[in-house]
Amino acid sequence: MDTIKLTIDNRAVEVPKGTTILKAAEQMGIKIPTLCNFELEGLALKNHPGGCRICVVEVAGRRNLAPACITECMQDMVVKTNSPRAINARKTVLELMLSDHPNDCLQCPKNGKCELQSLAADMGIREIPYKGEQSEYPIELSPSIVRDANKCIMCRRCESVCHEYQSVGAIGAVERGFPAVVAPAFGKNLIETNCVFCGQCIAVCPVGALSEVDHTGKVLRDIANPDVKTAVQVAPAVRVALGEEFGMPAGSIVTGKIAAALKAIGFDYVFDTDWSADLTIMEEGTEAIGRFKAFLSGDKNVKIPIMTSCCPAWVNFYEKFYPELREYPSTAKSPQGMFGATVKTYFADKIGIPREKLISVSVMPCVAKKYECEREELGANGNPDVDYSITTRELARLIKMCNIDFNNLPEAKFDSPLGESTGAAVIFGVTGGVMEAALRTAAEILTGQTLPKVDFEEVRGLEGVREATIPIPGVIDLKVAVVYGLKNARMIMEQIKAGNCPYHFVEVMACPGGCIDGAGQPFHHGDASIIRARHAAIYKADRDMPLRKSHENPEIISIYKEFYGEPGSEKAHHLLHTQYFDKKKQFDLEK
Amino acid sequence: MAVKMHILVCGGTGCSASASHEVVTELNKELVAHDLTDFAKVVVTGCFGFCERGPIVKIIPDNTFYTRVQPSDAKEIIEEHIIKGRKVQRLLYVAPDTNQSVSDSKHMEFYKKQLRIALRNCGFIDPENIEESIARDGYAALGKCLTEMTPAQVIEEIKKSGLRGRGGAGFPTGLKWEIASKSRVGEQKYVVCNADEGDPGAFMDRSLLEGDPHSILEAMAICGYCIGASKGLIYIRAEYPLAIHRLQVAIKQAEEYGLLGKDILGTGFDFEIELRYGAGAFVCGEETALIHSMEGKRGEPTFKPPFPAQSGYLEKPTNVNNVETYANIPVIINKGADWFSSIGTEKSKGTKVFALAGKINNVGLIEVPMGITLREIIYEIGGGIRGGKKFKAVQTGGPSGGCLTEKHLDTPIDYDSLVAAGSMMGSGGMIVMDEDDCMVAIAKFYLGFTVDESCGKCTPCRVGNKRLLEILTKITDGKGTMQDLDELKNLSNVIKDTALCGLGQTSPNPVLSTINNFWDEYVEHVTEKKCRAGQCKALKKYYIDPEKCKGCTACARACPVGAITGTLKNPHTIDQDKCIKCGTCYEKCRFGAISIK
Amino acid sequence: MNKIKNLAELRKVKEGMQSRMSMREKADSTEAIIQIKVGMATSGIASGAKETMNYLITELDKRQIKALVMQVGDMGYSYAEPTVEVTIPGKDPVVFGDVKIPRAKEIIEKYIVGGELIEGILPANYRSI
Repeated sequence: MDTIKLTIDNRAVEVPKGTTILKAAEQMGIKIPTLCNFELEGLALKNHPGGCRICVVEVAGRRNLAPACITECMQDMVVKTNSPRAINARKTVLELMLSDHPNDCLQCPKNGKCELQSLAADMGIREIPYKGEQSEYPIELSPSIVRDANKCIMCRRCESVCHEYQSVGAIGAVERGFPAVVAPAFGKNLIETNCVFCGQCIAVCPVGALSEVDHTGKVLRDIANPDVKTAVQVAPAVRVALGEEFGMPAGSIVTGKIAAALKAIGFDYVFDTDWSADLTIMEEGTEAIGRFKAFLSGDKNVKIPIMTSCCPAWVNFYEKFYPELREYPSTAKSPQGMFGATVKTYFADKIGIPREKLISVSVMPCVAKKYECEREELGANGNPDVDYSITTRELARLIKMCNIDFNNLPEAKFDSPLGESTGAAVIFGVTGGVMEAALRTAAEILTGQTLPKVDFEEVRGLEGVREATIPIPGVIDLKVAVVYGLKNARMIMEQIKAGNCPYHFVEVMACPGGCIDGAGQPFHHGDASIIRARHAAIYKADRDMPLRKSHENPEIISIYKEFYGEPGSEKAHHLLHTQYFDKKKQFDLEK
Repeated sequence: MAVKMHILVCGGTGCSASASHEVVTELNKELVAHDLTDFAKVVVTGCFGFCERGPIVKIIPDNTFYTRVQPSDAKEIIEEHIIKGRKVQRLLYVAPDTNQSVSDSKHMEFYKKQLRIALRNCGFIDPENIEESIARDGYAALGKCLTEMTPAQVIEEIKKSGLRGRGGAGFPTGLKWEIASKSRVGEQKYVVCNADEGDPGAFMDRSLLEGDPHSILEAMAICGYCIGASKGLIYIRAEYPLAIHRLQVAIKQAEEYGLLGKDILGTGFDFEIELRYGAGAFVCGEETALIHSMEGKRGEPTFKPPFPAQSGYLEKPTNVNNVETYANIPVIINKGADWFSSIGTEKSKGTKVFALAGKINNVGLIEVPMGITLREIIYEIGGGIRGGKKFKAVQTGGPSGGCLTEKHLDTPIDYDSLVAAGSMMGSGGMIVMDEDDCMVAIAKFYLGFTVDESCGKCTPCRVGNKRLLEILTKITDGKGTMQDLDELKNLSNVIKDTALCGLGQTSPNPVLSTINNFWDEYVEHVTEKKCRAGQCKALKKYYIDPEKCKGCTACARACPVGAITGTLKNPHTIDQDKCIKCGTCYEKCRFGAISIK
Repeated sequence: MNKIKNLAELRKVKEGMQSRMSMREKADSTEAIIQIKVGMATSGIASGAKETMNYLITELDKRQIKALVMQVGDMGYSYAEPTVEVTIPGKDPVVFGDVKIPRAKEIIEKYIVGGELIEGILPANYRSI
């Protein structure tokens, strides 16, 4: 490989050709500050517009300063990252940014986690010499996302994620000059656009311009209300990330502490979404088996591939972009939805209260789940199955608000009867997990044999698109694909449209690496090692479970016996399956 | 007897100011006295542009050009020249270099100052008739390239000619083509013509496209041949409907004549051209922004490298040149690089088209050889400052350029000398300012343009220019401090140092160049709250001269804010804090008692 | 029009145009007709060049004056649009500025018919190649 020798801050360094000054400096332990520059390495998320100009450095012989993030190293380059000229320019650029920023840090949802705030602290900003006009945009609320464009610093990370990674394009730079800002086109609100509410824009926003709708107040209110009972469920990916909010290393598994914390906060019933993930496998698996059998018997009308439908952003995506293909995804509700439907019927009956008196709350790594809660079809008589959903970050705030010493909290168990789960359920939290869980059950049901090995390594990994052929002896060589990122999902949809999709079964997750990097998770600030640690932790949690297959979950077996009958029964269909709508026209830009 | 001779007398502003109408009266008187009214006729004309030496009198048919003609010279002109046919030597123009008097205006330096290469066909051919273009060697250069030259030879010729990009930055055109030709050989490539002319007051490209569209098409095809592209795109602003129409007609005709399309002139070379319309964003003149705009994306620049030659339109190798650059190509091929490089200065060859505007007599489009001085352009071609006012500055390079002053008037202008003087060539806007122009207000005007036209991508341009403008506004409002001037300088330098694209990096130039050249004016605005040009309204002060005031109360009654007090028949006074400087009192006063300071 | 298939054919087209163009360049042919060029760039049109051109065509036709009226691009005299260049065979071209309809009438009546120069002549202020 060609290498380049150069000098940075009076030290010689040799780097491969094509390395940026920023990367070269980084490997020498020189940390040049950045803002717009962003990359979640290996996870397809990146943004290199070279727009904020915070990372400018002085290069000998160059007329102006060079942005370190996008300037490639050249032979014999002499770079000064900390010359007075570079520092003055960097500071001035930062002051300019702050001169059009609300600077209301104390009330900001990003307080303490804001990259602009820490940069201002590092650069020792004590006053902003440039006074002048301030941007004034209305703050927008949607079911999932709060958009405060006044805080936008035009880093364009959200735009890159929305366009390049998700292929949605709900937000982008509008206006020019001083009023330029990232927003939906034509002054629309997000709810009027084709936004799928994946919330990855929030996950990458360096400031508080994009944040989740906060429901912590509702939680405290309902817990304090003596007239209602509260039941909470916790999604798989939450347990491998929440610890980060309390200073634990990424990948810490805090399942028991979460159960204990939720009880300490005061929820009456602390259940587990993992339980309903197992239920999902029963329903989705049964549906899949039915479709495979029809397909194998030559049924021309059967929709193959069957696609997963757990991810709410993905559901929004096909309703808005590919409604004509909406019969391909499984009709099975998401685990959150199945849990909600069960808790408001079976469990409310069991404790003898009307569904309206049982407040069902979910803790999710996701902001699109907030939107899912508001879907009319996921409820009965105007009463939602899940009253509201809070994110991992909101849970962390609740724990802190309730004065709980999370780090020293003794572990507890989830309540019964909706608290027991298997290893197949916890892997729902990563890309490939739903596929693997389904394969563990479907293969055993289709062959009638016990699997010699439950691990389907073929579908694991962190590549955006993975495909595998899974032999199901005597039945089918099952061609499967696992994708994350809606751009990749779009590719599969286009294949289906063109009639050349080679797969039988496809799993789609919107977020990078699956729910472990959902938009409701603790901020990673571009550190991919955090995602990898969560990924590893999920599989560790799976290995540590005594039961690894959904159909072996005793509480699942009993709910079918007691309530649903069998997978795919009429009652199951009524409560555990849903329908999808054509929302394309509604969001046509021309409208 | 039929009129045999015409005596043309300049009736332009400059010559009228130096009493040319009296010359006309005297000449007519003399004609009557000598009974020559049927033989010769006095005609008052438009400006000759040579106002500095006015009044100008020109005798037709022998093209004798008299300068500084006084009414008292009329007798001699009639008696000597008209009657006896002897030229009045003392009134002839004396060429400053040779000290020889010149009689025929065709031989005067003044008329030699302009040289039309790019504009060679403008105003000469019917732009909607391809055959007229062909008659003027249209497509001959393309034919020559395709049949007699290899792409490498053509590129070599362009390199040898020394042609540099006329869009502003002056990158050597031949080198640009060479890079594009060597980039990703064998792949689809594109030739792009940048017709997104956006400088305030500039219309060089528009005139070229309207007057001679075929030259541009031909040059693009030549470029396509050189770099290995079969597709050309012209990015033109939608506000140029006539230029678009002329281009459409020209493309259609060229296709019909087989000069565009498949197998051009039987050589097997294919080249087609499409138009792309821009919405008139200034930043889309920047080549990466232009390419994004053509792709249907937001028109904003991206960092270079990669250069368009490496990855441009649709991520394919792309060569982008400006209209005027292309207009020079066919001539270079036809007349040779040596001919072309004989014109101009050492590092800037050929000519440059300028849109001459502002406080000048001959506002218009001029094409001059590189190396000409500003004095020649302003005083000779431009005919001097309008209304006999004093020259103050000339702004070149549009919003990215700077102001040059008296001391730069004799600098031969080319790409490098303009940059050295703190301005730039730019695309060719040239705005002349006189003593009535406030330089702080001028800087504010240009900055206002950049603030509006910034794409908003990078912080220094988006916020920095806005803050610069706010500081300038503070100064022109009379609220500036010396600290503001320091901030103005620091901020300008940081923007220059850190902005992403050429638009941002050059946007503080009007501020920096006026600070450098007119520092006193800035200080005056701040410390004395005074605008010597009287342009900054907020700094105007109306005063009543108690000596002249008769106490008629007309001003006090007219003042809309009640700022004037005083009793009948006693001198009035203006309360400066209340005064909104509307000027009503000034207009109402019948005794000239109110003055503006 | 048939396509021009090679360089020789291109030259033929050029030669075919030669007499017409040289007439314009030198205006020395005694039989040549009067040529009138109207600057029809955006600025010209904005200041009324179209009306001027239409008037010239109709008026010359009415008076049965054989003249070729053609549109050309920008002549550079932005301060004096609409601009019209008149070439009477055997004479140097003369450029008139600010040619609105009244002046166009004057050009026809006085310059073209009468051979007299009228006000509004502009200096030819450039060389061309």
